[in-house]
Amino acid sequence: MSQTSTFQIRTEEAPRLPAPVATSGFIGWARQNLFSSAGNTILTILGLLLAFFIFEPLIKFALIDAVWTGENRDACLAAEGSGQSVGACWAFVKAYFPQFIYGRYPAAEIYRVNIVYAMFAALLIPMAIPSVPFKKLNAILLLVVFPIISYYLLTGLVIGDAVILPIVETPYWGGLLVTLVIAVTGITASLPLGILFALGRRSHMPIVKLVSVIFIEFWRGVPLITVLFMSSVMLPLFLPDGVTFDKLLRVLIGVALFSAAYMAEVVRGGLQAIPKGQYEGAMALGLRFWPMMGLIILPQALKLVIPGIVNTFIGLFKDTTLVMIVGMFDLLGQINTSTTDPNWASPTTGVTGYLFAAMVFFCFCFGMSRYSIFIEKKLHTGHKR
Amino acid sequence: MSKNILPLALGAAMGIVASAAAAQAGTLDDVKAKGFIQCGVSQGLPGFSNPDAQGNWTGLDVDLCRAVSAAVFGTPDNVKYSPLSAKERFTALQSGEIDILSRNTTWTLSRDTSLGLNFAGVNYYDGQGFMVRKDLGVASALELSGASVCTQTGTTTELNIADYFRSNNMPYEVVAFEKLEEVVKAYDAGRCDVFSNDASGLYATRLTLTNPGDHIVLPEIISKEPLGPVVRHGDDQWFDVVKWTHNAMLNAEELGVTSANVEEMKSSDNPEVKRLLGVEGAFGEMLGLPNDWVVAIVKNVGNYGESFDRNVGPNTPLAISRGLNALWKDGGIQYAAPIR
Amino acid sequence: MTTRDKGVAQPEARSSLINDPQVRAVFFQVLLVAVVAFVGYVIVSNTIANLQRQNIASGYGFLSNIAGFGISLTLIDYAETSSYGTAILVGLLNTILVAVVGIVCASTLGFLIGVARLSKNWVISRLAYCYVEAIRNVPLLLQIVFWYFLLLNAVPNARNSLEFGGSLFLNNRGFFLPKPVFGDGAELAFWGLILSVVASIAVKVWAKKRQMSTGQQFPVGLTALGLIVLVPLLCLAVAGFPVTFDYPALKGFNFTGGQRVIPELIALVTALSIYTSAFIAEIVRAGIQAVSHGQTEAAHALGLRHGPTLRLVIIPQAMRVIIPPLTSQYLNLTKNSSLAVAIAFPDLVSLGGTVLNQTGQAIEVISIWMLVYLSLSLITSAFMNWYNQKMALVER
Repeated sequence: MSQTSTFQIRTEEAPRLPAPVATSGFIGWARQNLFSSAGNTILTILGLLLAFFIFEPLIKFALIDAVWTGENRDACLAAEGSGQSVGACWAFVKAYFPQFIYGRYPAAEIYRVNIVYAMFAALLIPMAIPSVPFKKLNAILLLVVFPIISYYLLTGLVIGDAVILPIVETPYWGGLLVTLVIAVTGITASLPLGILFALGRRSHMPIVKLVSVIFIEFWRGVPLITVLFMSSVMLPLFLPDGVTFDKLLRVLIGVALFSAAYMAEVVRGGLQAIPKGQYEGAMALGLRFWPMMGLIILPQALKLVIPGIVNTFIGLFKDTTLVMIVGMFDLLGQINTSTTDPNWASPTTGVTGYLFAAMVFFCFCFGMSRYSIFIEKKLHTGHKR
Repeated sequence: MSKNILPLALGAAMGIVASAAAAQAGTLDDVKAKGFIQCGVSQGLPGFSNPDAQGNWTGLDVDLCRAVSAAVFGTPDNVKYSPLSAKERFTALQSGEIDILSRNTTWTLSRDTSLGLNFAGVNYYDGQGFMVRKDLGVASALELSGASVCTQTGTTTELNIADYFRSNNMPYEVVAFEKLEEVVKAYDAGRCDVFSNDASGLYATRLTLTNPGDHIVLPEIISKEPLGPVVRHGDDQWFDVVKWTHNAMLNAEELGVTSANVEEMKSSDNPEVKRLLGVEGAFGEMLGLPNDWVVAIVKNVGNYGESFDRNVGPNTPLAISRGLNALWKDGGIQYAAPIR
Repeated sequence: MTTRDKGVAQPEARSSLINDPQVRAVFFQVLLVAVVAFVGYVIVSNTIANLQRQNIASGYGFLSNIAGFGISLTLIDYAETSSYGTAILVGLLNTILVAVVGIVCASTLGFLIGVARLSKNWVISRLAYCYVEAIRNVPLLLQIVFWYFLLLNAVPNARNSLEFGGSLFLNNRGFFLPKPVFGDGAELAFWGLILSVVASIAVKVWAKKRQMSTGQQFPVGLTALGLIVLVPLLCLAVAGFPVTFDYPALKGFNFTGGQRVIPELIALVTALSIYTSAFIAEIVRAGIQAVSHGQTEAAHALGLRHGPTLRLVIIPQAMRVIIPPLTSQYLNLTKNSSLAVAIAFPDLVSLGGTVLNQTGQAIEVISIWMLVYLSLSLITSAFMNWYNQKMALVER
């Protein structure tokens, strides 16, 4: 019964073959995601075409045909009769760059604005990075010390007859400076106000609640532009004879009240997310209302709503452009005014200015929204149920 | 639950406002006390009130504020400027935020009465005109039937357009912008056939168009626009100061007193010049000003003619001729009451 | 507050009157009322004093005075001889027009982009992502101004208009299309239209009832379409087609005749729709993602294909998550339409501003603005709340 065995045992490993070309690597990915069906293929082609039609003229205008240097409008005008298209006039932005950043702030005093910018960055960046220590000190510096110092730096300081820093009137401020002043002051002032009204809205005292609800719903129901008109046209009539406010201050009051209402709703969301046990625990420890809020509830609630606060700030930052309509020179207003300068009037000057404004706003807002998402993810871990 | 802090904060705020509610003295005393004049100007109209790249304001309207400063303080530089939109200007004056409004503002009955203002004179006689593209082939405003008209909202301009087109039975479309820059840009982009504004403003804004040479100002003037400085109603002393500052500049031109020769003219034999320059009589004191107030005005700012030539006259980019704004002796209607 | 009340208000916790929470609550509320009343009193008395001193007339009497200025877009009869009140009403109607058209466009675009954002196709989802991020992070005012001046600069002037089929024209004075002019008997068609709409709703209700009881389906969509198209046509035919078209024609500087859409309206609606659609897209995406994947799988298991799954299973459930934030986007769009003032579109704020300038009645005009926007907000949120309740999950 001896039989020669006809089977064999492979003693060495078979050579590893690469996965079929069609399922791996870029091609596989493309087949799966882009060309899985006829419909999908059409979509892909349409999408690519669309992208081409959007980005091609944009890149051509902003980079390839752009004018980068020049002394005046002649650089940005196409040669007579050449029919050649001229792209973005970046030379204009370059010439006006200081005005876009500082407005008409006197040239000799611009270092003061730079100090404020630098201080703001130096305090904000460690504040924004969760792992940097000394958060409490940092917050006090940022929210209390910084505003006081920058107030004197920006407006000037005169003690008695001694001019330590020459006064710079607010009409000379402009550009990014005004945008940042309005946005940062607005958000800083609206946070405490917003917390108060959020607490008021959740209060069980009917009148406190009513007042808070009316305040919040009123400001949330009207457009910011009417608030700005109100603060620039109507507010002076509310004040007693002879009492006047600086125009920038009036706008700041309007913006702060307006964003306080939105902030109140954000904070209310955070308060509602705190489990009842936290309140009960605090009370069991014998804490009264304000210690309970200040030590137990608000720290948790505010931490929860940091993304919401950042989003409100993004909204406010974008909305500062509206002050242009009431005749203030924020970044957009400054750019808008500069585009009518006879020295630089050309068909592309306006578009270039707007493109620059759009890029600045995009960088700020996109950066902040990424940060908000980052914080949200970081905070999410502790509260996932 | 905001009970503890909210009332406190509001109470504190009220305290501040209430304590500030002190009675207001006359504007002249106020101005002397604070050491400067707050002057409401436009947000940038070349020739009338316009900031240069260093932020220094120049223009015909600005010169008036500088002249008042010279009259009160002896120096033209004690002026702070508030750029105001058309919408804000009257509230700013009413609320006391500014002391003088010198912002190409048309003197009308309703503004003089129901807005609580006083017009202290006319420093520029203007009229509303039309600017069109040359290639439209239009030679007269009467050919503008069916046209789109770009203009700035909140001014008498808008009403004049309506009156003009209606009275001539011409259909039209008005596109009214909030800010002058936008009017100019929209007109430049071809949104409208016609840009209508005060004639002086047309010349000033034509400079900012992409191709100024492609546009002409039509000969028709469709309205009377006496532009002048404005003060609050009910403060007669300040009203007099502003009114007579303007009159003094006109009188100085009429009498040939210029910034160059004002010192020599002090020794003039002409009694009118003597009175004007405070050598004779105490006319400055009657206004509550130093007696040499006109000397300070003319030396620092110049007479009306000098101010006109420097800011809007034929040798400036605006190249506006004196026209109605010439002195009455020269065929214009600028006529100042005498100082005596 | 109650939580603390419960905690302290135990019988043995004896405390002085100062620490009694009830007393404190009453005290602070009285204080708050006093402070609010005092602030109100100071503001009102200051204002009255200011107005009297400056000799400014007050009250709403000015609304019946003659306005005297022209308006480029009016939905109701308006002439320069109309009153200020009429001018403000024209502005209000224009605001509503922009809001309604904008909401429709923004929703359509937003839903499309939101679905595209979740597309399995990489190119499409990336494009949608870029769109959302680019639009969301640039201020609306900038976008409005951008679209407006782009429109004015990109399209030719009236003499070189772009022409579509000989009756549609696009130039920098606007978009011109033929306007139907209804003659005698046309109102019959109008009533026919209303009748057919009512009939369609009735059919839908009946069909739903029948499907619930018998499971039989009825082609409601086709029936409604047929009714709405055919009945008015029939009415017109009975009346002998009393409809003529008024075609736009180049006369002098501009086109006359036809229906004109002014460039300000086009730019404003474009900018508002695009801006809001980016936010709506994110809301839609979040809403769809909130529906659990099991729902899709179950629908597929029942044999539904991708389209019907989305339409019949996913979207109705996602709507519950979508509606509340969608409401606030609609409200935002309505409020944002006030930025029309930047590009001379005659909306409520821009015409109110003109009236304010002409009359100097700041308080009155601003109070009208606030009142109108508050009412619009309340009406929109009331409607959306009603819709939300209708869509809400009915639990057993």
